[in-house]
Formats: sequence, structure tokens, C-alpha cells
Amino acid sequence: MGKALIELSGIERIFYLGDSEVHALRQLELRIDPGEYLAVMGPSGSGKSTLLNLLGLLDHPNEGTYRLEGRDVTTLSPEEQARVRSERIGFVFQSFHLVPRLTAAENIALPMTLAGIDPAQRAVRVKQALKDYGLFDRASHRPNELSGGQRQRVAIARATIMQPAMILADEPTGNLDRATGEEVMRLLEELNSRGVTLIVVTHDTVLGARARRQLLMEDGELIHDSGKK
Amino acid sequence: MRAPDLIRFARDAATGNPLRSSLLVLAMAIGVAAVVVLTALGDGARRYVVNEFSSLGTNLVIVLPGRSQTGGFNPGSAITSTPRDLSIDDAQSLLRASAVRRVAPLTIGTSEISYGGKLREVMVAGTTAQYIDVRTLKLAQGRFLADGDWRRGASEAVIGARIRNEVFGAETALGQLIRIGDRRFRVVGIMASTGQGLGMNTDEVVFVPVSLALAMFNSNTLFRVLVEANNREAIEAAKTQVTEIIKLRHEGEEDVTVITQDAVLATFDKLLGTLTLAVAGIAAISLAVAGILVMNVMLVSVTQRTSEIGLLKALGATGATIRSAFLTEAAMLSLAGAVLGYLLGQAGAALLRQLYPVFPAYPPDWAVLAGLGTALITGILFGVLPARQAARLDPVQSLAKR
Repeated sequence: MGKALIELSGIERIFYLGDSEVHALRQLELRIDPGEYLAVMGPSGSGKSTLLNLLGLLDHPNEGTYRLEGRDVTTLSPEEQARVRSERIGFVFQSFHLVPRLTAAENIALPMTLAGIDPAQRAVRVKQALKDYGLFDRASHRPNELSGGQRQRVAIARATIMQPAMILADEPTGNLDRATGEEVMRLLEELNSRGVTLIVVTHDTVLGARARRQLLMEDGELIHDSGKK
Repeated sequence: MRAPDLIRFARDAATGNPLRSSLLVLAMAIGVAAVVVLTALGDGARRYVVNEFSSLGTNLVIVLPGRSQTGGFNPGSAITSTPRDLSIDDAQSLLRASAVRRVAPLTIGTSEISYGGKLREVMVAGTTAQYIDVRTLKLAQGRFLADGDWRRGASEAVIGARIRNEVFGAETALGQLIRIGDRRFRVVGIMASTGQGLGMNTDEVVFVPVSLALAMFNSNTLFRVLVEANNREAIEAAKTQVTEIIKLRHEGEEDVTVITQDAVLATFDKLLGTLTLAVAGIAAISLAVAGILVMNVMLVSVTQRTSEIGLLKALGATGATIRSAFLTEAAMLSLAGAVLGYLLGQAGAALLRQLYPVFPAYPPDWAVLAGLGTALITGILFGVLPARQAARLDPVQSLAKR
């Protein structure tokens, strides 16, 4: 077995609601290799979104360690974690999360802008991304002038523009009709086929079944892992 | 994030919500405009007074009877505290001083002027031929009082422009005989109109020879002696010499007060300068209020843009980047407000100057700089709290918000 991309061990995530404790994640052990295609499924409140946030370094475990590419990222400072997010992780959200006042091109360029990449290089990469995602004639449109599918394509282009090691997608087709959802999934799977690790959170079993490995969660626990050897 | 990107991002964020941004800019603009206009008023008043004093005459030293400051013990003051008269002889003796060019005695009183059955109360100024040069006044018609023995004087009078209009109307005034009090005078000259001024307004004054005026008011003491020094550098020397001469003539007692125009000017300058400063301070309060508004508007902006902030964090923005984005926005809005306020203030000052041409309502440079600076500093200072709040937002919760 080669080097793991993600290694979670003994992860606990506890939320406090009033004086009651909610275990969003319990004793989670997980190993994901580079290039895998995972679907995390389960009913709402099962902890799948918490897991995704944790993997994306947006949330911190109360217990346990998270090793990303062999490096313990739970102990990193917020600035270093931001850098890991910037360089290694791409997010795709159910509600797209585009900045409404920026054009499609500017939205795609946003991670590079934040990372301080110089404008000439930004322009080249955005142009390529617009071409790759069929958005070339939509470059100067704002999100409210785009269809749902186009918006999500912009979001995917944005998630991949920094060439991350993994894409974390939270219900990427939740706000789309079947046809556009299919198209978006095909784009994501195509990325995966080029070596990007793809982790999709969904409660759609049909969508989940497309993944090569399924994780089933319930009450913060991993109750089924199809890839477990 | 690179600086140009940061600025563009902040600009887009600011223009993305025009109502919020324009309110903020307006608040800041009002504050800066208030500082500019109010200091223009204050400083305009200062300049106005200074100009008016300068127009009293140049290189002026003024002698007035009585001492306003104690100058140590003096045998004379032990015997009497009543000041001696400041006589015409005293005034004439001042011409001996080397630093003195001209001397003009002055006595003031009110009396009645009558001509052709018309009666009017007037201010009567007794003086000599030198007065017009010392005060740098201008004649409209005729001549000023004749030069001659100060202790005797011809029954001649020079009348102010307004007196001339009111008493003579359309008639010729020159050469007419008028009655002032119980004496008759011939009008030999008419002063040019000076308009409203802080100094003595000559429009409503009748000038007569000093000896006649003293006799008319049954007095021996002059109201003032105006002394013109040879030049600006000689003012202090003239002051010393004048004091010495009067002291000698008054048995060693220094019972007159000698003031220089510069000293009077300096006092007024200081007084009105302080006033301007106080007014600027009051105006600055509006800037503080604008600062608090900046804070509130930015806090609302942080709340409205919570999900965007969460997204930026997910895309790899550090807390510092988000903080500087919000700070840049606050600074840009404050700067825009400051510039707009500056223009508004200058326009307001220009309008004031248009409405009151004699009033030099120019805002002083220091006030403009201080106003702009305070606007920027308050804007940024009050932007810190919202920016920090934005940077501290939890990305998971922020993203969950729509």
C-alpha cells in the first residue's frame, strides 16, 4: 500500500447544545488513498457534513489526529491551515457559493487572487478553465445571469483552479435538475479520472452508488465502508 | 493577497451595496465639510480683523493717557495716581524723536451738526493735517485740515461721506458754512467713503482742528496720539523714545500707555486663532460621529456578507487577508467621504466668499489636513472592530448561512 492522502484516527467531534453533548463524530478511523472516489452517505444529522468540514480543515476535531499527505494538520496554526486549504483542497457546495458581485471569470480566479498569484498567470489559467468548462462566452457574466448548471460549473472551475489534491463536494447536485446534475457529476468524475481525489457527500443513493467506495454514516459513526479490506 | 487585488476587491464590495456605501461616504463628507467650512469662518474672521487693523495705518504706535500696566515704583505715583493730561504740547514734542516720522493727535467727542435747518448728531474728531497720512485715508473732494500751528486752528471742517449725503443731499457741500455745537466751520473737504470697517469709520465723522475740538469739549487731554514710525524696524525704537519723551515731560512719571499696532494685532490674531481651533474641535466631533457610523455600517456589512466570508475562508483566505479586505474597504469609503467633504467644504467656503466678499473665508491648510487626516484615522480605527469580527467568523457556520 502506498502513501495515504488522508488518515483519520480516533476523531471525535462534540457539539454542545445547551448542557447536552452531541457527538457529531465518534471514534472515526479512516484512510483515503490518493485518487480515490468516495461517497459519504447517511441521513441528515449523521455527521457526514461535519466529516467533510473536518477534512476541509474548516472544523477541528475535539480528539484524534488528521494526517493529510503524512502531515498532522490538526496542530497547524490557522494561517497554515488556510494555506493548506488554498493549495490542496477544493470545495464544491450545494448552493454554489459564488460571490454575486464578481463575474464568472473573477469568481474562478478568486482562490488565485487570495493566494496572491500574479495577474498574468491568473488570466492564463482562468482562460483555460473557462474553455475546459464550456464557460468561455459566459466569462463576464455575473452569477445571477447564469443557469444553475453554469453556476456549478463556475464553482467547480474555482475549486480546481489551484490544482488541489482533493475535491470536497457537499451535495453538488442538490440544487440542480437531473440532467444538469448528471453533467456536473460527469465533470467531477472526469477530474477524478485525472487523479484528483473526489469526496462527495450526498444522501442520494443513486449518486452515491456511482462512487468506487461508499461510506455510510449514522449518528456520527461509520457503519459501513465498502472499501474496507 | 496582492495590494491591487485587495483594493479592487474592497472597491467592488463597496460598490456592491451603493446605499450603504453612499450613506457612509455622506456621513464622512458632512464631517469633513463641517471642519472645512467652520474653520474657514473662524480663520476668515481672524483675517478680517487683522486686515482691518492693518488698515488703521502702517507702522503705528498709539499713545493713550493713563497707565494700564504697573511699571514698578515711581516717586510720582506715590504722590498722585491721577494721570497728567496728554496735551497737544506732549504730542508735538514727540516729533523730536528720531524714529518718528509723523504724529497726529486725536480727540473725540460727540456734538451736533446743523446746516440749513437740519440737525444731526455726529462724532467730532479733533486732529491735525498729519492724521490723513498716518491713517492712510483718502479724500473724495477738497483738502484735509490745513497744516499749521497745532494750538490754533482755522474754523475748517472735513466731513465724512455719509454726513455729506445726509446733511447736504444734492447740494454742494464744499465751501458751505456749517454749525457744530456752537461754533461755525467751513467745509473744506469730504472724506472718501470707507464702508463698514472695524477701525473708526470715517463716514460719520467730522474732522476739525484739534485745538478747536478741545475747546469745544472743554478738555485739555487728548484721546490718543497716533505716532507713525519711520519704518517697521523702527516701531520698537519709536515706542521707547515716545515713552521716554512723555516721561520726561511728566516729571519722570510714566503715566501713558504706549501700544504698538503689532501688539494689538498679535493679541487679536491669537484670540481668533484660538477661536478657530475651538470651532474646528467642535466640527471634529461630527467626524467622530461619522466614525461610529462607519463602524456600524461595516458591522452590518460583515453580517450581510457572512457567507461570503465563510467562502473566502474555505478558498484559503487567512484571517489577516479578510481583516485587511474589510479595513481597506473602510479606509476607501472614508477617503472618498473625506475627499467629497473637502470639495463640499471648499464649495461652501467659496459660496460664503461670494455672498460676503469682504469676508475672506478661506479654510486654513492645517485645518484641511487635520480634517482629512481625522476622517481617515477615525474611518480606519472604527473599521478595525468589524474587520476583526469578520476575520474571527467560524467558516462552517458562515457557510451554512445563505
